[in-house]
Parts: sequence; C-alpha cells; structure tokens
Amino acid sequence: MAAKRESPRLARIQELWLLACAVLTLAPDAEHAPAWLTAAVGMTLAWRGAIWWRTATLPPRWLLTFLVAAGSAGIFLTYRQFFGKDPGVALLILFLALKLLELRSVRDGLAVIFLCYFLLLTHFLNAQGIEVAGLAMAALVAITAALASLGHAGRSAVEHLRLSALMLAQAAPFMLVLFLLFPRVQGPLWGLPVDAYSGMSGLSDAMSPGSISNLSLSGEIAFRVRFEGEIPPKHILYWRGPVLRLFDGRTWRAGAQQEKVSPPDTATSGAIRYAITLEPHNKHWLFALEMPDVPPPGAIISREYQVLAKTPVRSRMRYEMRSHPDFVSGADESGASLRSNMNLSANNPRTRALAEQWRRESGDQEAVIRRMLDHFRQESFFYTLTPPLLGENSIDQFLFDTRRGFCEHFASAFVFAMRAAGIPARIVTGYQGGEHNPVDDYLIVRQSDAHAWAEVWLEGKGWLRVDPTAAVAPNRIEAGLASAVPAGEPLPFLVRTDISWLRQIRFRWEAVNNSWNQWVLGYTPQRQREVLSRLGMREPDWKAMTAVMAALCGFLLLGLTAWALHKRVRLDPTVRAWNRLSRKLARIGLARRDWEGPADYAHRVALARPELTQPMAAIAALYIDLRYGRLNGKEPRQRLRGLIADMEIAVPR
Amino acid sequence: MPTSPIDEVIRHAGRIVLGKERQIRLALVCLLARGHLLIEDLPGMGKTILAHVLARLLGLNFHRIQCTADMLPADIIGVSIYDRNSGGFQFHPGPIFAQVILVDEINRATPKSQSALLEAMEEHQVTCEGETRPLPDPFFVIATQNPYHQIGTFPLPESQLDRFLMRIEMGYPNQAAERELLAGADRRDMVATLAPCMEPGELSEFQGAVREVHVSEALVAYVQAIAEHTRRSPDYETGLSPRAALALLRAARAWALIDHRDLVLPEDIQVVLPAVAGHRLHPASGAPTVSSADMASALIGAVPIP
Repeated sequence: MAAKRESPRLARIQELWLLACAVLTLAPDAEHAPAWLTAAVGMTLAWRGAIWWRTATLPPRWLLTFLVAAGSAGIFLTYRQFFGKDPGVALLILFLALKLLELRSVRDGLAVIFLCYFLLLTHFLNAQGIEVAGLAMAALVAITAALASLGHAGRSAVEHLRLSALMLAQAAPFMLVLFLLFPRVQGPLWGLPVDAYSGMSGLSDAMSPGSISNLSLSGEIAFRVRFEGEIPPKHILYWRGPVLRLFDGRTWRAGAQQEKVSPPDTATSGAIRYAITLEPHNKHWLFALEMPDVPPPGAIISREYQVLAKTPVRSRMRYEMRSHPDFVSGADESGASLRSNMNLSANNPRTRALAEQWRRESGDQEAVIRRMLDHFRQESFFYTLTPPLLGENSIDQFLFDTRRGFCEHFASAFVFAMRAAGIPARIVTGYQGGEHNPVDDYLIVRQSDAHAWAEVWLEGKGWLRVDPTAAVAPNRIEAGLASAVPAGEPLPFLVRTDISWLRQIRFRWEAVNNSWNQWVLGYTPQRQREVLSRLGMREPDWKAMTAVMAALCGFLLLGLTAWALHKRVRLDPTVRAWNRLSRKLARIGLARRDWEGPADYAHRVALARPELTQPMAAIAALYIDLRYGRLNGKEPRQRLRGLIADMEIAVPR
Repeated sequence: MPTSPIDEVIRHAGRIVLGKERQIRLALVCLLARGHLLIEDLPGMGKTILAHVLARLLGLNFHRIQCTADMLPADIIGVSIYDRNSGGFQFHPGPIFAQVILVDEINRATPKSQSALLEAMEEHQVTCEGETRPLPDPFFVIATQNPYHQIGTFPLPESQLDRFLMRIEMGYPNQAAERELLAGADRRDMVATLAPCMEPGELSEFQGAVREVHVSEALVAYVQAIAEHTRRSPDYETGLSPRAALALLRAARAWALIDHRDLVLPEDIQVVLPAVAGHRLHPASGAPTVSSADMASALIGAVPIP
C-alpha cells in the first residue's frame, strides 16, 4: 500500500486567489439566499479575510463542526427540508463559506474550486439575464485562473488569467456547437416552483382609481414588438388587454369570457403584422393591437376581442399576430350581452343626473358622447399621475370636485356617464404607444405605457373606441406619458425623455438584452429548427443533430490539435534536431537537462560514455555553430540531423 | 590551442595567487569588458596581490587608495595648490590617476567620497575646479569591502553597487594551495619581479575584440529569459534591470574571448552569472537568505535554455 502523502500546503497568493473566487461566486447569491445566511456568509468571508491578512491560524475542527451543524439547522428551519432547489443551493453556499475556514492544502483548494464551479451554475436557476451570464463568465475566468494558480504558484496573476482566458477561448467553439445543436426540450430547462411568479407586475383584471397610475410608475418592460414594415403611428398603437364591464361604484372588473366564434366583422384596410415578445406576467391574457383577427397557437380570441392563452404566461413568450386598425366589431351584439354593458351601481347620483340631463337635451347618442368629451375638454380637468384619493362616490367626486385624474379616472367616469345616458359602454385596459428603439428596431412597451380607455356601442356601428384621456391630454397619445403629465411629477427614471445620452445608452442596452432574450434564452426547439434549416439541415431530428454535433466537435478538436502541432513545428529545425539527440540519449539516462548548455552536455555525455566522446563533440560543435555562431543554411542542418541519426548508442540490456 | 598573451597572464597570475584561477579569470574578464570589480572578503585573502599582479602583468601602473572615514574627495581626485614660482594654481593629481586602482575598504569612506570615486569610475574622467581631466585608459577599479564588520561603515547603496560589473569573493585557498603559499617565497617579492606579458596597446585591442564576439539570437533569448524570470518569480525582491542584462552579455563575451571562442555560449552566461547578477538580485523578504552563488545556481536551474 502506498504511503499516505500529504497534499502540499497553499501559498498565500493561492489562498488569496481562492478567496477572491469564493467572493465572486457568492456575491450574486446575496440577492436570493435568506438574509441570515447572507449575513453569516459575509461574516465568514470577512473572518477568513482577516485570518489571511494577519496570517493567523485557522479555527479548530470542533468549531467548524459546530458551525456546520448550526448552519444546516438554520437551513432546515428556513425551508423545512434539505431537498429541492433553494435549500440545496443554500447548503452549497454554507459549505463553500465554511470550507474556506479549513483551507490549508492544495487539496482543499481544489474542493473550493469545484464548489465554485457548481455554485456558478446555480445562479442561473434564479435569473438568466445577460448580466447574470456576464458575471458568471467573469467568475468562470477567475475560478479557472485560480485553478491554474494551484498548479504554478510562481507565476504572476496576469499569466494565470491569460492561461484561463486561453483555455476558455478554446472551449468557446465547443460551447457554441453544443448550444446550437444539442437537442432542445420544450419549456424552461428546469422546473421552477409555482411561487416563483408572485412578484411579477402587470395589468390585472380589476381596475380601481389609482391602479393604473401606480403601474405607470414602473419602468419595467411589458413586451417588445417587431413590426413587419413600418411602425404604425402612435394613435393606432392601442394594445388591447383586459376588458372590464362589471362596476361596483368604485372598482371595474372583467366578466366571464367566451370564445368568439366568427372572425372579425369587417377588415377595411391592410392588416398589420407583428411579433410580440411578452415578458411573463402570470396572467392568461396576451396583448394585441386592436383588433386582432387570428389567435396565435394555443390561444383564443374572446367575444370581447381579448387574446387569451390557455395557461398563464410564466416564461417569456413570443407570438405572431395580425391586426386590423380599421375595424367594425360587435355590430351584431345580442341584447343580453349589451345589457351586461349597461348595468350601473347605485351610487354616484350627481353623475347619473348629469347624464340623464344630457340625454334629454341631446338628440342622439353620438351627441351625448361629444358633449361628454367637450365637458372634459372645456372644464378645468387635469391629467396627473398623482390624483387625490377618492371616496365612496368616486365618479361624482372626480367629475364635480377634484377634477384631477389619470386615465383610469377619465375612462371610468366616461363609461359610467355613458351607461347612465343609456349607451352600452365598457372599459378596455392595456397599453398605449411604446418607444421605438432605433438600435434594433423594436418597439418597447413598458408598464408606464399602461392605459385605460373606453368603448361604446352604437347601433349599426358596433363597438367604437373612445379615449377620454385624449380629450384632456392629447399629448399622452401622441408623445407619451412624459410629455403629458405636468413637470415635476414622479416619473419612472427610464421614461424620462429629457436626458438624451442616457436614452441612447438605454436603447443600446435594451437592444442587447432583447437579442439575448430572442436568441439565447428564446432558443426553443422551434427556433433551433429554424436556425438549422437555414444552415442547410433539412428536417433536423435529434439523431441528425447529435451526429452533426459529434462531427463538429471532432473537427474542432482536430483543428485545435493541428494548431498545437503547428506551434511545435515552428521551432527552429536545429533545436528540433538537438531535442531529438536528447531524446535519443534519454534511453541511456543521459537526457539533456533543460538548463544545460551544449558544451556542458557534450562534456557530461563524454564522461558517462567515453565511447560517445567523438560523435558527441562533433554534434555539439556543429550545433554550437548553427545555434550560437554565424553558421546558417540547409546543408549544415542536414549534416547535424545526419550526425544525430548516425550516432549509435548501445542500450544496456 | 594557441597561447595568447591572455593565457600567459592567467598562467603567471596563477603562480602567485594560488588556487584562484576562477577569480583571476573573472577579474580579467571584468577588465576586458571595461567594467569594475568589487571584491567582498575578509582581509588577508589576497585581494591586493591579485590587483597588483594584474597591473604588473598587463603593464599598467597601479595605485592603492585606503579608504577611511575622514577621507575627502580631494584625497582621491587631487587638489590645485598655489605655486609661488609660476604665480598660478597647479593641479596635483590624486591617486585616482592610474590605470589600475585598488580601493581598499570602500565602505569605510563617506558617501561623499564614495560618490566622487564612483562618478569617476562611470565617466572615466574627473572634474576638479571646473576643469575636466580624462583618466588614463584603460582604467580599472578593484574595490574591496569587508562584509562582516559593518559597524561605522557606509555600505554602498544599490545604485552604486550597480556600477560594478561584477562582485566576487576570494574565499580561503584550498589545502594544497595554502601549503604552497606558506612554503613559497614572499608574494610581494614575486610581484616585483614580474615582467609584463602584454605590449602597450595590446590590452585595448583585446578590449575591442570583446565587442566582436558573436552573440546569436538564441543567446539573447536566453539572457532575456533569465531576466524575465527574475522579474516574475516571487523569489526576488526586484528583477534584473536591462542594464544588468547588458552587463551579463558583456561579461559573457569577455569570458568567451579568454576561452578562445568568437561566439557566446549559454555556459558563458552561466559562468559569469553569479558574479554579475549576485549583487543586483536580492531574495524576496521572507525567503531564506542564500549566498549569491546558491542564488545564481537556483536561477540557472529554473530557466530552460531556449
């Protein structure tokens, strides 16, 4: 049995490398790990750093055992189990931090490095954005450099980093091949627990005063649109979301949804085609320009022209749509369904009285609508993100007292008044407008573009869109939220239009992000098939992909090997001949030491093997002339090769 | 092998300075490479004899400066004294105006005197009272210092050490050499009877020939690899400077010349490395202190010959 060998101790610089790796690897976990664990790990790292700084001794074994037990107990108490994604990751974090406290030998260093590699992977369980990938890439380079430092303590940090970068660069083509060709499975790579979606923001299927203005404070992206052809003008960009028709005096709610049977009633002008990449919002509805005609696969269009997916949208989703900006819809609406758009709550008496009065005074329904819009326009109504709070009779209060509101106030008051005047009306929520990113030509729609407008039903014309906000603040529709609200209101930072260089940077960043989403995260089986068929693979199935993948990896390996060989070939032929001599003499244990000069070598060989004195002297003299003298040319080099080849060495049996 | 005057010098010097052929060769290399030599050793090891013998054999005149703490630069360079007869100042050259100078215990001199001396070594001329006077050619300084008793001394700073091409140690003679020394004639008498081996002007020819010794690209690469290693390795406080690398090449050329070769081999670099690099390299703090010979052999072993 071989004697147990002690693993070599770590040098200080190696310890520093490993500590840096651990910090780089653990830092992104601070966001997701439980707070107590983050604090404990932070303290452990600081402690270990202080030990390194003062070259103090590491804590004793019993203390480590206690810390492991305490930490594990804490994790169990937090998650009530050890299995599963979060507790598993938490355990790994704990163990990595504690392993640093017994970092003594190169063996411990290797354990830390492998833990770091593994933990790096787990970061992608929480987020897959480009910044996470970038950070992971940086950590990967650092960890690999630390691994290199374990092997060569004497080299400098730059050399370790260069080696690491070179190795990873050599791995990159393999990564690309595997990424492109590895057979994909549908859906996200790993199942995520249901509670992962609770924090998502977006429109809801209920609207009360303040709900949309709250949402408007978020600069988060709701979805991105790529149009085929020109981006339509702003006043057409009404992205239809939940339609609300039930009102309790304060809150509007959606009713039950039914699938629409017939296609859109009339399409009078050219259709707009576009593809939407929707950020997950954990709701069923998809957004589309008014009015969509054919639902994307796996979705339906309801009678209220809402596009609904069969399951809540929990991962980024890309779908293609076609819409008709000029439309006539619901001309054949049944009486029962119209009546459901007529019901009024009992309160808000002043508004009801006003609407009654308008109906009596005006001749027809269209005149009532005009009168209402004129009312908004002529009376002193204000469009603001920070309206006063409203009480029980919210519409009365808004229309007669406060007169300050955001789009939901105007839409809600308008629909209520229309219903009171006997006109079927409903609220449509969604987004309006969007921002064109000139870098990648996508239209970006944010939560701050959330909007609410109204639809009224007129005999013979069907449902018509009326946007009361446009009457008060036409700028909201034409130029976006930032120009419509008074100066000084709290807008999301990203929506502000006054800092142009910031806008440029943001556009670029979002374009990069979008390409990442589209091509890396959104590289679904379907995308894979598209890409591969564009590359010339017809009907790619997993067998063909695997075969091509293996072949490409083989080629890459061959290429890298050829490169390595080529680098060797570039050695001076004289040196190659000299190395051959060394290999030849190695058989009798007289290999040249790599720091040994030619004269010394010849001398040593002659001492050990007197019979070789003559040929060795000749070879060394010729080599010296070629390598260190002025002799040059093909002939002497060949002579050198010949001398070396002719040298006969008696290998002792 | 042709016997050249250099071989004669080495042979004759070896008869007087016994068992120190390596040191004699290195001193000669230093002279041929137009460098200066620092000998670090205890008193009585033959430093003075070595310097004297070299001067005699090469036909050069020889002065000795014994450094003390109260010595002034003027004691080295010389002074102008008013001459009543001529009615003007007349310069009386100091001991530095000689071809071979032995500066004994240089670390006993004050920094002011040291720097005057070292400046003269570097510039090959002295400036006294606004007048620049060239020093004789060849001009070769052998300085000695006692490494052990440093009390009341002014150790040479690193920048000054760098002005010496080489630093060597004499070391005790081996038994046979010592027996011969004790039994033989008085060394001083022997020096007095020595006849020069070289014609006047021959030495500068040899000095010129040093520059003609061929250095191939492969050898430059080796010197570079050595310098590079000292700069990157954590074993050294600071790496070798480009000037040190140049000194290494210069000394190796001279060594190749006295070895009757017109090309430099890696072995030449390795031979002169302890003397040339020893006083320019310092082990990193924390590393065990080793002799310059051990440090050099570690350095040689760490750098493969490209």
